[in-house]
Amino acid sequence: MLVHSRGAKWAVWAVFLVLFLPVFALPLLVVLGASFATNWSSALPSGFTTGHYDAATRGEALQALTTSLLTAAAASLLALAAGTWAALAAAGLKRRYRRVLDALFVLPVAVPSVVVGLAILVAFSKPPFLLNGTREIVILAHTVLVTAFAHQSVSAALARLDPAYEQAAASLGARPGYVLWRVRLPLLLPSLTAAAGLCLALSMGELSATMMLYPPDWTPLPVLIYAATDRGALFTGSALAVVLMAATLLALFAVSRIRTRASYR
Amino acid sequence: MTRRLLWTVPPVAVLTLLFLYPLALVLQQSVQPDTGGTSLQPYADVFASEAFRHALWTTVWLALASTVGCLVLGFALALVIAFVPFPGAKAVARFIDVYLSFPSFLITLALLFIYGTTGIIGSFQFLTTPWGVLLAEITYFTPFVVRPLLAAFSQLDTAQLEAASSLGARPWRVVRRVILPEALPALAAGGSLVLVLCLNEFGIVLFTGAKGVTTLPMLVYSKAILESDYPGACVVAVVNVLISVGLYGLYRVVSRRAGA
Repeated sequence: MLVHSRGAKWAVWAVFLVLFLPVFALPLLVVLGASFATNWSSALPSGFTTGHYDAATRGEALQALTTSLLTAAAASLLALAAGTWAALAAAGLKRRYRRVLDALFVLPVAVPSVVVGLAILVAFSKPPFLLNGTREIVILAHTVLVTAFAHQSVSAALARLDPAYEQAAASLGARPGYVLWRVRLPLLLPSLTAAAGLCLALSMGELSATMMLYPPDWTPLPVLIYAATDRGALFTGSALAVVLMAATLLALFAVSRIRTRASYR
Repeated sequence: MTRRLLWTVPPVAVLTLLFLYPLALVLQQSVQPDTGGTSLQPYADVFASEAFRHALWTTVWLALASTVGCLVLGFALALVIAFVPFPGAKAVARFIDVYLSFPSFLITLALLFIYGTTGIIGSFQFLTTPWGVLLAEITYFTPFVVRPLLAAFSQLDTAQLEAASSLGARPWRVVRRVILPEALPALAAGGSLVLVLCLNEFGIVLFTGAKGVTTLPMLVYSKAILESDYPGACVVAVVNVLISVGLYGLYRVVSRRAGA
């Protein structure tokens, strides 16, 4: 379209490859390659082994993986509930109030996650709320961090929703609760699952706030990856990172299955 | 109307308890030094320290440079994907979406293999300098620019491009005079989001393990967790929040103007 001659096209594509491959593909390939290697001192990794995966799928690492999955699931559900409720409540308000509420709920995106971690640590380490050193504090921090994303995608979907459906339902005598449950929420389901996927992925990879407040018996996988690389075990860290990526992708895939089944309905 | 307002109370109460109340406590603690009482002494101490001024400067220039890098690289990549499509361009766009769901520290982990002490390229200490962090941030955040750009390009009427080039405009001129003006809102929105995210980035800096590169989030972490200096950590946190929230407000205004 933009470039017409064949030679120029190939030149543009070559530049694209030169920019794209090292920047985006190489990092992932390097982590993947390193996870199967015992050392890497020349151009290619050497000493093929699956030993890192044996270590990365049992004991401490397996526990960290379940910790991450449970934290992500709990935080996503809580965030989705709070974010959806806020978006639905805001949709019925006057423009002025709606903007205040929207601004309030996107604020956690702008605040650094480390500061969110610090704030929750400060607030819940003293009475009346003593949660320091519990797993709930990690889940709460993740919830705060992902609620903004859940709220944003649900309220964007609400704005695109055709009001004719709910008006028709209401004119036929359906009460507001019934309209919400049988009309609006089913119509929102695709964007709800998309939001759930986003929340899951963010929570699975969350490191900044977690580093501030994780207790020793609730160590999510990213913290373990940091601990491994910090003591110099880069290859073990890579295997753990591949496990984390695979688990994130699987979780995203599972969530997207809900969406396709819902949209057939 | 009052009943509708009442429905907003539960989510706002949850947000207040989990987010606004903790932030207020951070603000409160930042004016309460360990010696007791209320004073601005923690602020004076932190502002006077060389470490803080250094971290502030590092954070700001790293974020600005990363944003410029992401904008240039992202614009070039999106341009090719959208207007010089090749077999597999769709797959590349999908790959960029997936890329966004991975945590940032993976990039640093990979760079440790490429440039680290036992690295492929060699053992020169590139990663422990700000340049390593800059490279990692540009790598990780460029997709955040590419995605809104691709969305904007898909709305662009290709007839405009054809008309411009049939009138004799060279590709470079078409990019500058037709595509760039259309892309400006998306560039502004993506760029300011990346700027905020870079200011707040922690994982990338933590994983480089560089003693010489300290950003504000890193300083918050080391003051609170490693030194147990909570008033100091809270002061740095307040400064960081002010910068980020101010910029994020700007981003919201810009992206609303752009209709994105």
